[in-house]
Amino acid sequence: MSDLRYTKDHEWLRAEGDIVTVGITPYAQEQLGDVVYVELPEVGRKVEQGKEMAVVESVKAASEVYAPVSGEVVEVNSALTDAPATVNEDALGKGWFVKLKLADPGQLTGLMDEAAYKALCDSEH
Amino acid sequence: MTTTSTASTDVSSPAGASSGAAALQRTPLHDLHLELGAKMVPFAGYEMPVNYPAGIMAEHLHCRSAAGLFDVSHMGQIRLVAESHDAVAAALERLCPADFLGLQTGRQRYSFFTDNQGGILDDLMVSRLQDARHGDHLFMVVNAACKAQDLSHLQANLNHRCEITELADRALLALQGPAAGEVLARLAPESGAMTFMTARVLTIAGIDCIVTRSGYTGEDGFEISVSNASATDLARRLLAEAGVKPIGLGARDSLRLEAGLCLYGNDITPQTTPVEADLSWAIGKRRREQGGFPGSGVLQRQWKDGVARKRVGIQPDGKAPARAHTEIADAAGQVIGEITSGGFGPSVNAPVAMGYVAASHAAPGTRLNLLVRGKALPASVVALPFVPHRYRRG
Repeated sequence: MSDLRYTKDHEWLRAEGDIVTVGITPYAQEQLGDVVYVELPEVGRKVEQGKEMAVVESVKAASEVYAPVSGEVVEVNSALTDAPATVNEDALGKGWFVKLKLADPGQLTGLMDEAAYKALCDSEH
Repeated sequence: MTTTSTASTDVSSPAGASSGAAALQRTPLHDLHLELGAKMVPFAGYEMPVNYPAGIMAEHLHCRSAAGLFDVSHMGQIRLVAESHDAVAAALERLCPADFLGLQTGRQRYSFFTDNQGGILDDLMVSRLQDARHGDHLFMVVNAACKAQDLSHLQANLNHRCEITELADRALLALQGPAAGEVLARLAPESGAMTFMTARVLTIAGIDCIVTRSGYTGEDGFEISVSNASATDLARRLLAEAGVKPIGLGARDSLRLEAGLCLYGNDITPQTTPVEADLSWAIGKRRREQGGFPGSGVLQRQWKDGVARKRVGIQPDGKAPARAHTEIADAAGQVIGEITSGGFGPSVNAPVAMGYVAASHAAPGTRLNLLVRGKALPASVVALPFVPHRYRRG
């Protein structure tokens, strides 16, 4: 778990070389409730740090998911299209959203580690 | 991640819920909600349970398969009394288009307050009750967000014609679902004889209640008015019955949307008339012909000449929900309407919506495009409800 990085907007990121896997956090899925729809970007799209990258909808709300770092979308988790509830069941694993090819490795250092993110969630609760 | 659009029951962020909590009112069941693990949100000036640990989806499906208990104590309850039924009914007919003179004892009717343009000021349920203390009288349930305004409206217009009492000392529970009848019959055998849209004063597990066989889910069920002091006891008794689980406002919204029922403030407002809203069925023949309620001339012209837009059911083709305020376009891209309620229907297992479209596009089967996040999502006009009503017609 220690290799995960987090944003204040409740996205998580795991870097392997210059490829980063992105999803929303267990805290975020719990706040959303039952996820019923996920809109993913197209492979090849360039996303910018802090800008909208995907949309996740629960029974009661639609939420934007922001790119935690800038990069190019190299893979999307198309299994979420037919099984959006996977985001609730396994937010940090099978519920991942996209893989990005990292544009600027320096952006990783600005993200929170698990302790900092946990403190943020506690303060929001 | 940021929430950009929400269903009507969750109008503010979790952060807003905690910062604004001090100013919010609580229902008598507040402690019970916390004990049951509810997530509380601000709604119409009250701190209300949006869901319990089971979550909106499970709560919704449970209500359609067994029975759900809802706290709707935020809603307004009002008693109207005059020297006779004819007097109080005639008084209320000055403000509402329903036929109250023809309402039999123990029957309930759906209506609304209209303004001089025929716009809807609130929608409401009215029951004719008989009890030893108040004699023959009317018992009204109105929306939480409108109740102060409704009371002022009643007092300003009917104060000299009837006695108007807000029953602020009463809570309101709803027991809804296919098992509701069986559950209530165990605790109050007389409820077994009640049919849809009937009302009576009875005791449930020894607690005095006003019970109507109606609700806001499309299922069989009851709304139960009970004193604030006895509300928690009654709720615990009902929750102890097999098949009964607590349901929050989140599922209440998805249940009523699937049932095609209007939410005041979204689907009906002062800018919509009952004719446009497809609620003309709630206006009896005598009232249509004779008028005599605010805006009756406007409605009579609309019945005669037709309306420019109508409320319809909308079924998106795909899986993306289209929320309230989504623009609706025709095949040529021209905007011809707007969604007023939309989300995911757990029983339909697909997105569902309702909204207003140009009358030329209101026939079931008409193809539409919903403009969601810059994309045109194909959809069709469909007949409401999405899930068949299962009322106990008797």
